[in-house]
Amino acid sequence: MDLSFVILIEMLYAVSSLILISAGLAVVFGMMKVINLAHGEFMMMGGYATITAVNLGVNIFVAMLVIAPLTVGLIGLIVERLVIRHLYGRLVDTMLATWGLSLFFIGLATMIFGNTTTGISTPIPGFTVGNYQINGYNFFIIVVSVLLLIAMRVVLKSTRAGLIARGAMQQADMAAALGYSPNRIYMATFFCGSALSGLAGAVLAPLVGLVPTSGGAYIAKAFITVIAGGPSLIAGLFSGAGLFGVVSQVFTFTISPVMGEVALLVAAVILLRLLPQGITGKFFKGKL
Amino acid sequence: MSASLQKDLACTVVIAALLIWLMPMLISPYTLTVLIIYGMLGLSLGLIWGFGGILCFGQAAYFGLGAYTYAIAAINLGESTLPMLLAVLVPAGFAALLGGLMFYGRLTDVYLGVITLVVTLILFKFINSTAGPQYVIGTARLGGFNGIPGFQTLNIPGQPEAYIWGDAYFYVCAVLLALVFVLVTLLLRSSFGRIAVGIRENETRMSLMGYDVRARKTILFAIGAAIAGLAGALFANWGEIVTPSLFSLGQSAEIIIWCIVGGLGTRLGPILGAAGLAYLKFLLGQQSLVDNTLITGLILVLFVLFLPRGLVPAIADLWQAQKAARRGARGRGRRRQAPQRGAA
Repeated sequence: MDLSFVILIEMLYAVSSLILISAGLAVVFGMMKVINLAHGEFMMMGGYATITAVNLGVNIFVAMLVIAPLTVGLIGLIVERLVIRHLYGRLVDTMLATWGLSLFFIGLATMIFGNTTTGISTPIPGFTVGNYQINGYNFFIIVVSVLLLIAMRVVLKSTRAGLIARGAMQQADMAAALGYSPNRIYMATFFCGSALSGLAGAVLAPLVGLVPTSGGAYIAKAFITVIAGGPSLIAGLFSGAGLFGVVSQVFTFTISPVMGEVALLVAAVILLRLLPQGITGKFFKGKL
Repeated sequence: MSASLQKDLACTVVIAALLIWLMPMLISPYTLTVLIIYGMLGLSLGLIWGFGGILCFGQAAYFGLGAYTYAIAAINLGESTLPMLLAVLVPAGFAALLGGLMFYGRLTDVYLGVITLVVTLILFKFINSTAGPQYVIGTARLGGFNGIPGFQTLNIPGQPEAYIWGDAYFYVCAVLLALVFVLVTLLLRSSFGRIAVGIRENETRMSLMGYDVRARKTILFAIGAAIAGLAGALFANWGEIVTPSLFSLGQSAEIIIWCIVGGLGTRLGPILGAAGLAYLKFLLGQQSLVDNTLITGLILVLFVLFLPRGLVPAIADLWQAQKAARRGARGRGRRRQAPQRGAA
């Protein structure tokens, strides 16, 4: 009984963290078709922004939920203006340029923060269920990811800004003809995507120590979640994260954590071979 | 054999011989050897990406696979000839399987990139976790993140005691690179190579003309992997240790950067890009002012933004333009003279 509760929480946690990791990329890649290989580095910078702010005496929740997303969002804005906006529609070039950016940010972080692991302690204490110890912070991550999904849906579905953004992504010249500047909409969307990446990096930072290269751990997972999810933004995110989260946890419990990660990656290869359009390309078609 | 091909090959051999003779006077052979190995690795991706249009994000997988195959086989056999062959064949076979899986599923650009990236990650994670004593192939322990040290390095075929090292090893690598370069030239001149370029330009058109695009892409992919595997085996011999970092994403990224900087669609570009950037990294590594990764990243971004075709094609264009301008100036001069004479 206790064990099954623990397993359930761990599964939910795995799915939630995948949702968090992939949300920013889902906006940038799913909506704007920009393959942002610097996504992991955006998360890494979110983590560093949090740690720096906490060390300066800011409340940890403010640092995680406000300062980190804003900082990374602003960095994303600069990146979009300087690099990305010249490359819209050139898929491979975007991929290479953002890869270059990711290396650049790793180098920058190494120069500023050094090549050592830094971290902060989790602000929420753990508790026991029967014989098992559960990390209380896992609940926080589950709650944040659920709130994030709801917020994304509300913004995209029920606000005017979301409607305009979705319209501009589908048909930029039509949006321009209606008097909206696609240039600005792209800018704003990229800001939101980067901010989401920063938030994810900040929220996950207390769990894992930060090194300048820690973005690399996220990028593949984020990518395969978003690509396996397919064209629908939120349904795809949810189904991709759900599938891979469960697969990796099953293998983690039965064999070992490394096998969990390997199983996740193998599942992605098989899934992409069977459903090249992603899950929502075949099922849940046309949902948001 | 056509005249232009003969001229091309003769040129290649003469220039290669000159370089092999001159370069060791400028850079120490030990450093030069690794530059050559990287050049071969760059050429392997340059072939499948620049001429086949297959963007493989995991070329490092075959590099690492070649190195590990060599190391494991060399420990088990205690001689280097068969391991060298295996180091070419195993990556090629693996790439044929993976390529078949991808190309027969008609996966293209982004999905191709993601799958090759993911496969590299799987290999990296797996090899990294094999530190325990239960991970053994024959008598070789996989060693996890510590890698495999202490295997038999290259020797003269049939004589396990006669090691090839130092300057001699440099000559072996250089000649091998020249050989691979010639083979790639022949391949690209053959109908297979021209069809590969046709597939790069327009896949639908080529399949409508009756070519089996899937099989051809798979074969080209495997050839690229074979070259990368050979480079891996040479690298293992040079470093005398193989570690999981051969498989890492950073390594994959670097190969792509070499190709972009050197220039796609040329044979020479990726080799020069690889050797040049590796040497730059070597020089930068000797100072501690600016971080190495930062510069590499900056170079990649700047090249994608301002020189997306790479150095070698850009220089070739400039050369052509200048030649045309010179000829044009002479031509105009003559034309201007003619009417004058007519008027007079």
